[in-house]
Amino acid sequence: MTTTLFVLPLVGLVWRAPLATLWQELTAPEIVSALRLSLVCSLAATVLAVVFGLPLAWIQARTTFPGQSVLRAITTLPIVLPPVVAGVALLVVFGRRGMIGQWLDAWFGIRLPFTVAGATLAETFVAMPFFVLTMEGALRSVDRRLEDAARTLGASRLKVFWFVTLPLIRPSLQAGAILAWARALGEFGATITFAGNVSGRTQTLPLAVYLALETRPESAFVLSLVLLVVSLAVLIGLRRRWLGGLA
Amino acid sequence: MSLDATVGIRFDRLAIGVDLSVASGEVVALVGPSGAGKTSVLRAIAGLLPLTTGRIVVDGTVFEDSTTGEYVPPERRTLGVVFQDALLFPHMTVLDNVASGLRFTGTSWVIARTRAREWLARIGIDELADAVPAALSGGQAQRVALTRALATRPRVLLLDEPLSALDVATRADVRRELRRHLASFDGIRLLVTHDPIDALALADRLVVLERGHVVQSGSSLEVTAEPRSRYVADFVGVNWLRGRADGGIVALAAGGTLTVPESAPGEVFVVIHPRAVALHRQRPEGSPRNVLAGTIVAADDEGTRVRVRVAVPFPLVAEVTRAAAAELEVDRGGEVWVTVKATEIATYGA
Repeated sequence: MTTTLFVLPLVGLVWRAPLATLWQELTAPEIVSALRLSLVCSLAATVLAVVFGLPLAWIQARTTFPGQSVLRAITTLPIVLPPVVAGVALLVVFGRRGMIGQWLDAWFGIRLPFTVAGATLAETFVAMPFFVLTMEGALRSVDRRLEDAARTLGASRLKVFWFVTLPLIRPSLQAGAILAWARALGEFGATITFAGNVSGRTQTLPLAVYLALETRPESAFVLSLVLLVVSLAVLIGLRRRWLGGLA
Repeated sequence: MSLDATVGIRFDRLAIGVDLSVASGEVVALVGPSGAGKTSVLRAIAGLLPLTTGRIVVDGTVFEDSTTGEYVPPERRTLGVVFQDALLFPHMTVLDNVASGLRFTGTSWVIARTRAREWLARIGIDELADAVPAALSGGQAQRVALTRALATRPRVLLLDEPLSALDVATRADVRRELRRHLASFDGIRLLVTHDPIDALALADRLVVLERGHVVQSGSSLEVTAEPRSRYVADFVGVNWLRGRADGGIVALAAGGTLTVPESAPGEVFVVIHPRAVALHRQRPEGSPRNVLAGTIVAADDEGTRVRVRVAVPFPLVAEVTRAAAAELEVDRGGEVWVTVKATEIATYGA
């Protein structure tokens, strides 16, 4: 019964997708542009999530300081926050009249809303917590005594991280990055609220799907199918790791 | 060369205060019950646990001094540590594990691996070079761990329960090899163990730690001859009693008296080797001066001999041959007569 609830929409999507004209639909200029933009933004967001998320995860897993639980809650908030609220929050801060946005504009001429950078920022905002959470768990599960052993063998803290910790958490790092990437790829609410829906600049795949549904439903089905296949592939790829983490 | 450490560490439930000196000519074993703080002292010397108070000096080099705030991090203390569970890096081959110490300190992988091969050959485990740690037996892993520690040419070698994770059969082999390698290592050697056999087989001097403090220290002979605590007596495996001596008679704190060879008057410890305790079903006649009536509490078969615990009424352990145990039917329990020859009892001032 329950399974049907999940299976039916998938079957429906495959059913309605115009398989005959699939390639044609996929290569339409605005679709190609949305595909490319989605790829660029989601990959950039993943890189940002890894670069900034790893130190954050390390601090949360390896140090204790007052207010840590509050910080942990705040940094994982985007997981449960409605994305549209995230978009509004980003606008308040980084919008053209936002707390930081107005100064970015005045001093550096940087405007985030309605730009590729803005779409990337929105995706990073919602995707990073998935990476941080995965890494925090991984860092906690590393046998600290192995790091101690490395130090007695002459490794500085940095070398311990590079030669011992990082190789040990690599599988989780890959899983976390893929999870964050999948989340970034599917991001809709925050992107449309903060970055808008400018074709070629901020119109990512999910946005294109939403728009196409009004005008050319066939395209919407095709794009949905693409996103579905990607999501399914990610899940199947990560399934074993997830189950392992839960066990 | 010597290690001089004054280790003060304060935990919530344990305060450690230990003075320890190890010279390069001796192997010192830090022994004690679990929770006594042995491993903490070793970790402090390695720099993995900060001192609350105290000072650690090796060969004139100050590693740590709580009064001046000096602190040399573990990676610059030039020491090698062999941990209880080997702690090999699971993502590296045996060769790379042994090479890792050199790699960490700036040697290229190529040169580090060449050296590592030489070390593996020296320890006699070169056939393991390409194995991954997960494929090793406990004994092999511990041999690799020792090789990895030695390959950095440390000035200090610290071993934390190096044999306790091994099964009995492997243990004897690894112990014998370890003894040989310890003998050929010309730096400071400090071993932590809770196992009497390991301590007595590997160390020249024992330092006994209980509840964070040294309760006894001395050569293996001194400590085994004159235990100064219940733990040490059990560690050595002897009957250990306390009493008040007066003219060849000791009035025991646990009740009853023993006739002993000459003893200085006053508070004394009494040591009786279990083999000097004889058991009889009938009241014996003749020479033994100490005849006590008791009850058998338990009998533990230890292979060639049987350890029989008797209450006379204080607990006393007798070690008898299997033949004697069978004849006495010790498993039946019940009343026995216990005799101890006065000449087999050692006393020393408490």
